[in-house]
Amino acid sequence: MRPFQFSRAPSLSEASHQTAGDNTLAIAGGTNLLDLMKLQVETPSQLVDINRLGFADIEDTDDGGLRLGALATNTETAVHARVRADYPVLSRAILAGATQQLRNKATNGGNLCQRTRCFYFTNIDQPCNKRDPGSGCGAIDGIAKLHAILGTSDQCIATYPGDMAVALSALGATVQISGGKGERSVPVRDFHLLPGDTPWIENVLEPGEIITGIVLPAPVGGTQIYRKVRERSSYAFALVSVAAIIELTDGKFSRADLAFGGLAHKPWHDPRVGECLLGQPPSAELFEKAADILLKDAHGFGENDFKIPLTRRTLHAVLAQATEDAA
Amino acid sequence: MADTITVNGTAHPIPDDPRVSLLDFLRQHIGLTGTKKGCDHGQCGACTVIVNGIRINSCLTLAAMHDGDSVTTIEGLGTPDEPSALQRAFLEHDGFQCGYCTPGQICSATAMLEELGADWPSDASESLEGRIAISGEEIRERMSGNLCRCGAYANIVAAIEEVAAGGQS
Repeated sequence: MRPFQFSRAPSLSEASHQTAGDNTLAIAGGTNLLDLMKLQVETPSQLVDINRLGFADIEDTDDGGLRLGALATNTETAVHARVRADYPVLSRAILAGATQQLRNKATNGGNLCQRTRCFYFTNIDQPCNKRDPGSGCGAIDGIAKLHAILGTSDQCIATYPGDMAVALSALGATVQISGGKGERSVPVRDFHLLPGDTPWIENVLEPGEIITGIVLPAPVGGTQIYRKVRERSSYAFALVSVAAIIELTDGKFSRADLAFGGLAHKPWHDPRVGECLLGQPPSAELFEKAADILLKDAHGFGENDFKIPLTRRTLHAVLAQATEDAA
Repeated sequence: MADTITVNGTAHPIPDDPRVSLLDFLRQHIGLTGTKKGCDHGQCGACTVIVNGIRINSCLTLAAMHDGDSVTTIEGLGTPDEPSALQRAFLEHDGFQCGYCTPGQICSATAMLEELGADWPSDASESLEGRIAISGEEIRERMSGNLCRCGAYANIVAAIEEVAAGGQS
């Protein structure tokens, strides 16, 4: 690890001021950042410890929703009584990721900001436009098994690796952000960015901005499923994942909130996929139509071509399960 | 007063270099070499310790972030004369071959039994609510952050299952 200065922020405003500085990063759980610092993928000159700033509570909101403190751990969130009861897709998504030791340390804010696990990004001897702009993308013609099939660019085909944010996207959650210019809220669906020509910019956070919380809207009920397909049954990143909140009324879809992991540089949410289901009775033909819409612009890079049929089948299976459970 | 970390009941000053991981602090600065360094990237779990009652990978956190925290390592769980229930069960069930992963396995399992007792669900749990039924599947999922390259998993699960059943009866 390269040498760095370490300070503990005495207040949120001071943390914001300090992290606005050059090559300065906030550290919370640190499970991803310290790993990348050991690999010298991240080489900050200063770390600002924000762990004791206090926004770790999980509390009810006035409109019946729930606010998850950015510094609450993934475990505290997944096992919280209201998350389990009212937002089970979120508990399930968190529990499907990483290991208990990592979830015990990793925070909600940090989870949103975690970096891709693209092998070219994490190996400093390889080209990567995300880590070293202009050096090229090793994955496009290389080992691309984990890589994206939607929203890629000729600069980067990395995926966003997390599970939690996929469920947050399906739930329509909002990220609360504090910075030098004050406070703002950004829907989770708009928080992460596609790679385009600037793959090193992964989310909307400006220098000095810090995530303080995630707000879940009032619970909507429904049948909630998080289905994660991976190469081993525990402690592996998603090849494909589906977060689904499904409700049937009089035998027809009255709610179909869907988000997908493992497919893109961000949790993938295409409103047309759910909309095509609404008002229709469940059927295999309808599920295929939803998959057609989702995958219309999908394309693989050789090793990850399998993700296109795998996504189709996983979506089909989730919709079949959800409509059986809901019927 | 210098910043300190309490390890197995004894307070120790935090080193000046902020790069020192909690793992290196335990092994190199205060000489508690029971906690092992395997991958140093949070993948193998050999470095698992219990901080304020919660199990974490000590390789992926800085000592400087733990001022005032209380850490329990394998040395704090039992002694050769008075092993903890899990330490004794690992011996009885031959829950290791080379033994390198064992301190992490036992620290991890110690905290895991508390999580089970608190009915925290896992990815293997049928329901997110209610009592968790202890099973081999639950134990395997909850211990997936601890690798054993000798492949002593069957005996590790047997050791943990025995202690878990004892705690419930």
